[in-house]
Amino acid sequence: MADVLAFVEQRDGKIVNGACEVVSAAAQLASTIGGSASALVLGSPGLASAVEGLVTAGAKEVDVAEHEALAEYNPEAYLQVAEEYLKDGDFRAVIFSATSIGKDLAPRVAAKLDVPLGSDVTGIEVQDGVPLFTRPIYSGKAFSRFSINADPVIITIRPNVFPVNDYDFDGQITTFSPDIDSTTWRSRVIKRKSAEEGVIDVSEAAVIVSGGRGMKDPENWGILEELREMIGPDTALGASRAVVDAGWRPHAEQVGQTGKTVAPKLYIAVGISGAVQHLAGMRTSQTIVAINRDPDAPIFSVADYGIVGDLFEVIPRMTDAIKTLNS
Amino acid sequence: MKVIVCIKRVPDTETRIRIDQTRTQIDTGSIKYIISPYDEFAIEAGLRVREDAEGGEVSLLTVGATEAQETLRNGLAMGADQATLLRTDSSMDGLGTAKALAAELRGSEAELILFGVKAAGSDQQQVGPMVATLLGIPCVTGVSSFEVGEGIVTCQRAIEGGVEVIEADLPAALTITKGEYEPRYASLKGIMAAKRKPLDEREADFSQPDIHIERLSEPSARGEGQILEESPDAVTELVRLLREEANAL
Repeated sequence: MADVLAFVEQRDGKIVNGACEVVSAAAQLASTIGGSASALVLGSPGLASAVEGLVTAGAKEVDVAEHEALAEYNPEAYLQVAEEYLKDGDFRAVIFSATSIGKDLAPRVAAKLDVPLGSDVTGIEVQDGVPLFTRPIYSGKAFSRFSINADPVIITIRPNVFPVNDYDFDGQITTFSPDIDSTTWRSRVIKRKSAEEGVIDVSEAAVIVSGGRGMKDPENWGILEELREMIGPDTALGASRAVVDAGWRPHAEQVGQTGKTVAPKLYIAVGISGAVQHLAGMRTSQTIVAINRDPDAPIFSVADYGIVGDLFEVIPRMTDAIKTLNS
Repeated sequence: MKVIVCIKRVPDTETRIRIDQTRTQIDTGSIKYIISPYDEFAIEAGLRVREDAEGGEVSLLTVGATEAQETLRNGLAMGADQATLLRTDSSMDGLGTAKALAAELRGSEAELILFGVKAAGSDQQQVGPMVATLLGIPCVTGVSSFEVGEGIVTCQRAIEGGVEVIEADLPAALTITKGEYEPRYASLKGIMAAKRKPLDEREADFSQPDIHIERLSEPSARGEGQILEESPDAVTELVRLLREEANAL
């Protein structure tokens, strides 16, 4: 059998943004090894009504595990369901998204099944029937191309790298209700505090406006906020390590080797010099723009576009220019 | 309270990475090695647990070549009590490393096993949760701060779009990320004391990785960028280029 499973995440009963990338990647891989893609998603009763999009993204079969105890991610429950499902199925490969859930769950599933895990994969090819994966190592200073000799092959893919494709077939959506005993759990969520409405995580944003030490003062972030708002809803603020360490910005915004690795459609680096460790976190962004006073700042070596100048002049002008372009 | 911190010896994050002639390995010639930065957060967290508990012990554990003894001494210099090196010259993948660690940790009676959330270098974020699964103990990943209570540990963890508070029963494994645990510098006294602390070396339980590296490569160079000097028109031009040429806005 050459089928590929896409593990799909939901949040608050809705399929998360990056999930369709996983399904399409699974469909793409499956087609090159002579099989088809399935999707597995866990959540509370009624979830099955929200999964149609997974079929369009490439899943011939969507299996929905519905149980109150699965409403929110719990590693023990999710591992139990995933393990049982995989033991019953016959998958050549399993793909997770490298989100905080994926990075938490995939290693547990791999260890349970006694197979290796290829993490944070950014490319998938097939050569002579063997899947070959590419992933960044040393924070993107090098890339490794490798194969996994195991059954199944399990990988996590980096979000925002793989495309979502459109398929036109009839998929089968099936629900099942696993037996879950939450009294056996040895870890539990006590509290979950969501970020404010409309604030998108930097690792999920399509556009990032990122500020560094050149911003001089935490009070100056207003101009980046305004630019972010003008660009649109899928835009997040990022930050360099220096300003996070200085306490100007929260760690959740930090991009770089000891922060998040991002690959948005557009990364705007404002007053960021471009230390090696920062570049490691954003150099695979599709388009990079740098605004910096220093023409020798290393950030310009990876920028596709840039302006050497005073960010306090340039950024408000950018906001205005986009406003004009929009109207 | 018995705490074991699993650490890894990695190339300094400033290092220029060069690929060797076989094209399947990094050229380790002139590399300076350090404790993986996230593992330093884990060591610091362990030391604070010992301080808060006013007693207990912090042990370090690593899988690696004999040279990793130096890395363990650096951790001992920070204040850990003892260290063990599971020696192997082979590079194992995450699962192999997890199995070697688990073999050692089984029956160790550690109440808290700490890891850095990922190793700088391999960047896979696997070993902590894999070890916990092999040992059959709960694991919380990406913990920025935690507090030990009666038979439990309460952890703060960042997720997309928010923060979670998770409680886990002891014994538990935690993988530590940047947050509360800014690592202390080793004092001269600490460095001297480290030389006399127990450091044990034994052969690691080795397993042949089922991951086959076909080739390593450098990142593709990005093309030459269009860098404009500041002028009244520069911004308008930049925004136009982003919309029309790059399709980014």
